[in-house]
Amino acid sequence: MTALRFDPLRLPPHCQELRQEVRAFLADEIAAGTFDPHHPEGGAANADAFSRRVGARGWIGMTWPKAYGGQERSFLERYVVTEEMRVANAPTRRFFVVDRQSGPTLIRYASEAIKRNILPRAVRGEVSFCIGMSEPGSGSDLFAAKTKATRTDGGWLINGTKIWTSNAHQSDYMIGLFRTSQPTRENRRHGLTSFLVDMTTPGIVCNPIGQMTGHREFNEVVFTDVFLPDDNVIGELDGAWKQATSELAYERSGPERFLETYGALDALLRAVGPEPDVRTAAGIGRLVAQLHTLRRMSVSVAGMLEAGREPVVEAAIVKDVGTLWEQALPQRARELSAFLEPDDANHESFEKRLAFYLKTAPKLTIQGGTTEILRGIIARGLGLR
Amino acid sequence: MPDTDSFIVETAERMFADLADPQTIIHARSDDWKGTLWPRLQEVGLTLAWVPEAQGGAGVSLDEGFGILRAAGRAALSVPLAETLVAGWLLARAGIAAPAGAMSVAPSRPRDDLVVDSARRLSGTARKVPFGRDADHLAVLAAGPDGPLVCLVRASDVRIGHDVNLAGEPSDTIDFPGVTPVQAATTDVDRDGLLLMGAAVRAQQIAGALEAMLDLSVRYATERVAFEKQISKFQAVQHNLAKLGGEVAAAVAAAASAADTVREGGLTGEAALLEVAAAKIRGGEAAETGAAIAHQVHGAIGFTDEHVLHRFTLRALGWRDDFGNESYWSVRLGEFVARQGADELWPLLASR
Repeated sequence: MTALRFDPLRLPPHCQELRQEVRAFLADEIAAGTFDPHHPEGGAANADAFSRRVGARGWIGMTWPKAYGGQERSFLERYVVTEEMRVANAPTRRFFVVDRQSGPTLIRYASEAIKRNILPRAVRGEVSFCIGMSEPGSGSDLFAAKTKATRTDGGWLINGTKIWTSNAHQSDYMIGLFRTSQPTRENRRHGLTSFLVDMTTPGIVCNPIGQMTGHREFNEVVFTDVFLPDDNVIGELDGAWKQATSELAYERSGPERFLETYGALDALLRAVGPEPDVRTAAGIGRLVAQLHTLRRMSVSVAGMLEAGREPVVEAAIVKDVGTLWEQALPQRARELSAFLEPDDANHESFEKRLAFYLKTAPKLTIQGGTTEILRGIIARGLGLR
Repeated sequence: MPDTDSFIVETAERMFADLADPQTIIHARSDDWKGTLWPRLQEVGLTLAWVPEAQGGAGVSLDEGFGILRAAGRAALSVPLAETLVAGWLLARAGIAAPAGAMSVAPSRPRDDLVVDSARRLSGTARKVPFGRDADHLAVLAAGPDGPLVCLVRASDVRIGHDVNLAGEPSDTIDFPGVTPVQAATTDVDRDGLLLMGAAVRAQQIAGALEAMLDLSVRYATERVAFEKQISKFQAVQHNLAKLGGEVAAAVAAAASAADTVREGGLTGEAALLEVAAAKIRGGEAAETGAAIAHQVHGAIGFTDEHVLHRFTLRALGWRDDFGNESYWSVRLGEFVARQGADELWPLLASR
């Protein structure tokens, strides 16, 4: 039988206690004006200071080894912090990438010197990371990357261009994927190496790329003879492909994979009030049922990760189903609001929030692994390829 | 896939495989298999699984009972096992000892009201009672003069109008023309409680049927050759099956979570409403999408009466209608969520 496992894991009591702490912290931040929970684009200006205060609470890198400033707390505790921040619409962009991905990668593959240098600062909320994967000719097909790392005295020279790099212009570091040798006939994934890049290194230029939401997160990052010392090689030379897969389960199954447009549901509920008509009630009920199911799937995967298993297929399923759901949510909210009174006090706020989420929706099934890539992974897990 | 190490669930699974294999049933073209299976189920205590040992049952935990019913869904089992289990459970909740034999439970539709008058006569009509005509007894939840009453009623005392569900299983209209129950007793289960219990059970069966659909579809895709290769090698087919995998996962996760909620906290309160409604809604949606994909992958052969696929797809689709369909539960859940207000939704979700 095709084994898909989703046990009904419940978060243990200490996680729910932590949740109350996070909520109290966020309530204070909202009261202090750091960000507006009902304004999807708010809080950017305070992201740096917010990051440091989150760090001071011990909520960045909380699962990391104590030797590097972490607290060796469980992934379930991290899960709680992540989902509370996401639902509250907190400005997490300064620390989210290092907390989820880059930090764990460094812990596993970086030199001791790099770990000692960067991780304690990351835990304090002082450093921000971006991910240098996509290139003009290489998106989902990661292994087509051409940006070159060439040997030189004591290190490497980087030449080429990364693109769609979110927040590169505000990041202190990048973990970049560069070509150190050509692919072999037997293995087209061979020849790429992960590097740590200090974004202040001479030769790096970040060119902004506007997005259809009106935001500016994307960058084109151009490397011209950028020198990286040997120590900045992260993991096995030419063997980056071996490092990617096991961590993707964390990246794919988290609450951020279905809560990105939660604000559209929140806004809808405020707009319809306590006694919606039967059509609206039915629509809301379905959305809540689907959201609850996704969260239960995601928590189940978090439990498997915490238990040391590698639920690659289950995680891909959470992202596949979750991102399609969060993409459709603003559309459903729009339909369900069609017969509301437009002069109601909550309506203007609803329309503003909805417009933002409608514009955000298309990217959700692209970033971090497209629907098509995920379906390929699931199909492989089912034994079809 | 069986996510339980329970001996009783394994026993059930083995028994279904040995005595109710879908392909064997289709070939036999008779219902004789039921005559072999049912006595065996009774013998090992599966039919009264949810009846405490003190009342002559097997005293199986709620958890394991739900596991048995997911396994029954995986086998597309077409005997009133789920109904007898729920009936036994309902009787036990009123302290009434369950009789031997097949039972069903009424009402199974949200709008059917049954009433017991001061002379203890039961009247009203229950529509679409699953396996009504195959039951020896009915466990009925009715409004009594002083609150809900559980009534044990002999099937020979009621009028049964034959009807069927999508899969052709009995789904009968039962008229209670002022019958005197064999026994009647007060209970702490109300109408909602029975509806929630039934919905949690159907969600398990639907999840099980979907697991089987995925298994059949994956196997068929790797066997069937078209355009000179296995159809599993076509990306369009792979992606359809991956989508089916997602639907199965959702149905399984939601049903398991709802069952866990019933086990842990019972059938009242906001957690039970959220969890069970979600399982029935999401399971129903998965049945719709999942059955369509399973049939698409199988092509014409899966549409024949000879093939086993319809035993799973039609049951999963039919089970959606019992104990509140997706629309019913969506309205219930949506009204509740709206009444609580936007600020209460996330705390509710996060508490689970």
